[in-house]
Amino acid sequence: MNSRLLKSMYAVVIAGLLALPTLVSAQISEYQEKQWLESPAASSHIGNLTGNAHAAIEPYRRYCMVCHGELGDGNGESAKWFEPPMFPKPRDFTLAVFECRSTPTGTLPTDEDLFNTIARGLDRSNMPPWNTFTQQMRADLVAWIKHYSPRWQTEKAGTPIVIPPEPEVTAERIKAGQEVFNRVQCWKCHGVEGRGNGPSASTLQDDLGRPILPYNFSEGGRFKCGTSDADLYKIFMTGLDGTPMPSFSDNIKPDEAWDLVFFLRTLQPFHTKAKEIAKGLNLKPINPNAPPPSQ
Amino acid sequence: MKTRHRYTFAILSAIVVAAVVVTIVGERVKAAGEGSITGTVKLSGTAPHMKGIDMSKDPYCVAQHKDKPVTLENVVVGAGGGLENVVLYISEGLPAAAASAVPSQEPEFDQKGCMYTPHVMAVDVNQKFKVVTSDQTTHNIHPLPAAGTGNIGWNKSQPPGAPPIETSWKNQEVAIPVKCNIHPWMHGWHVVVKGPYAVTDGNGNFTIKNVPAGSYTVTAWQEELGTQTAKVTVAGGQAAKADFAFKAK
Repeated sequence: MNSRLLKSMYAVVIAGLLALPTLVSAQISEYQEKQWLESPAASSHIGNLTGNAHAAIEPYRRYCMVCHGELGDGNGESAKWFEPPMFPKPRDFTLAVFECRSTPTGTLPTDEDLFNTIARGLDRSNMPPWNTFTQQMRADLVAWIKHYSPRWQTEKAGTPIVIPPEPEVTAERIKAGQEVFNRVQCWKCHGVEGRGNGPSASTLQDDLGRPILPYNFSEGGRFKCGTSDADLYKIFMTGLDGTPMPSFSDNIKPDEAWDLVFFLRTLQPFHTKAKEIAKGLNLKPINPNAPPPSQ
Repeated sequence: MKTRHRYTFAILSAIVVAAVVVTIVGERVKAAGEGSITGTVKLSGTAPHMKGIDMSKDPYCVAQHKDKPVTLENVVVGAGGGLENVVLYISEGLPAAAASAVPSQEPEFDQKGCMYTPHVMAVDVNQKFKVVTSDQTTHNIHPLPAAGTGNIGWNKSQPPGAPPIETSWKNQEVAIPVKCNIHPWMHGWHVVVKGPYAVTDGNGNFTIKNVPAGSYTVTAWQEELGTQTAKVTVAGGQAAKADFAFKAK
């Protein structure tokens, strides 16, 4: 073979190999890199931790991008296989609308809310708990998530709602909780026994017009945003933004909210104190066709 | 010294009086200069069929309409082909002062008989409005502004007897869809504009009030038929005429 031809072939191959790292790093577009470098929201603060968006580029690509996409718009390569309502689509970070918040409806979540969601995962979706990540890694990812929407540069996170200390469960509180359940008509979607089979359940859609299911208490699965009584309190007092679940904070007083929490616990298949008391009460499911209670 | 003081006082009071006079006269001239734009919006062609609504999900809603079947309100045509629920606003030519003035009255967006009344509500940027409920069934009120408009969506429940929600929109947006997830047929609009606006009545008539003299582009927006524009010149204190015709799809 012509040695000159061989030499030039080697040159081409070597040039290609040299160019390879440039091609790989170009996967995160220049546009994106510029955006987060210039963004004041490129950091997060959770307690003493400071997250840095720059540090999250590797973990995001490795763990998150396949679903949430390079542009953070929830259009990663596996996203097309997710079929709502059983498997909700990945979150679109460019909208900055999040379900699990400690802040009122229509406001941005706190850094801590996002930090906790990453570790907790979202039940009944393809988002697993990423609790194997270090805290620093999660803080970095929060900063990275925030760079996708300009809302973080013009708005502050909402002020977390105030949750009064949890009172003692009593029979009166459980009964009062059922009255709240009846008055604000949780059963319209969640059903009179909390089985997620209310009259409006079958037509529910999320903000992007995709079918979505109300929570079924009788299955005993984890709530979307945590497992504790306080988490449950937060869910109906802040609403799950982006979904049909509204905020009830204008219509349920803080003390009544605890009553509702205790009543909702009796709908779950767990041996809790609330459930034990409810057994003694012999509570009947409410009758949705009864005339509405006057206020 | 004393005379000097007297002079100063006289000059100062003359200035004050002059300023007051100028302000009052100015206000009068401005008030006299404010005209209006009036006209009719019509639909040409046959009115599209509006589907009936099946409210059987909620017996309360059914009971509210037992005398008269209820239909969608996407295109509502009155006598003589007049189009209802068309929003008219000045899209070009408005002086900055008129564009940034915010009306003090608070429109109400009611949930009545499991429908929105009005179906289309126009408001000025930053104009306060109230979301109220007349129904004895729970609604969730869920406006969905487009991303990037600077308006932020929210989702609140209004059970029977709930207090009004008083709020406003920060930026112009034509238009923000509003829905109730509990009653999926409920669909309304918040049309957020800058400056004077009007919404057509059942016969397609409208009057945009408080328009300063000048030449403008007026836009008519209809939720299904889109937008139309017209050039209008308003003379001081006069009512200018502008008619629109949308073609049925």
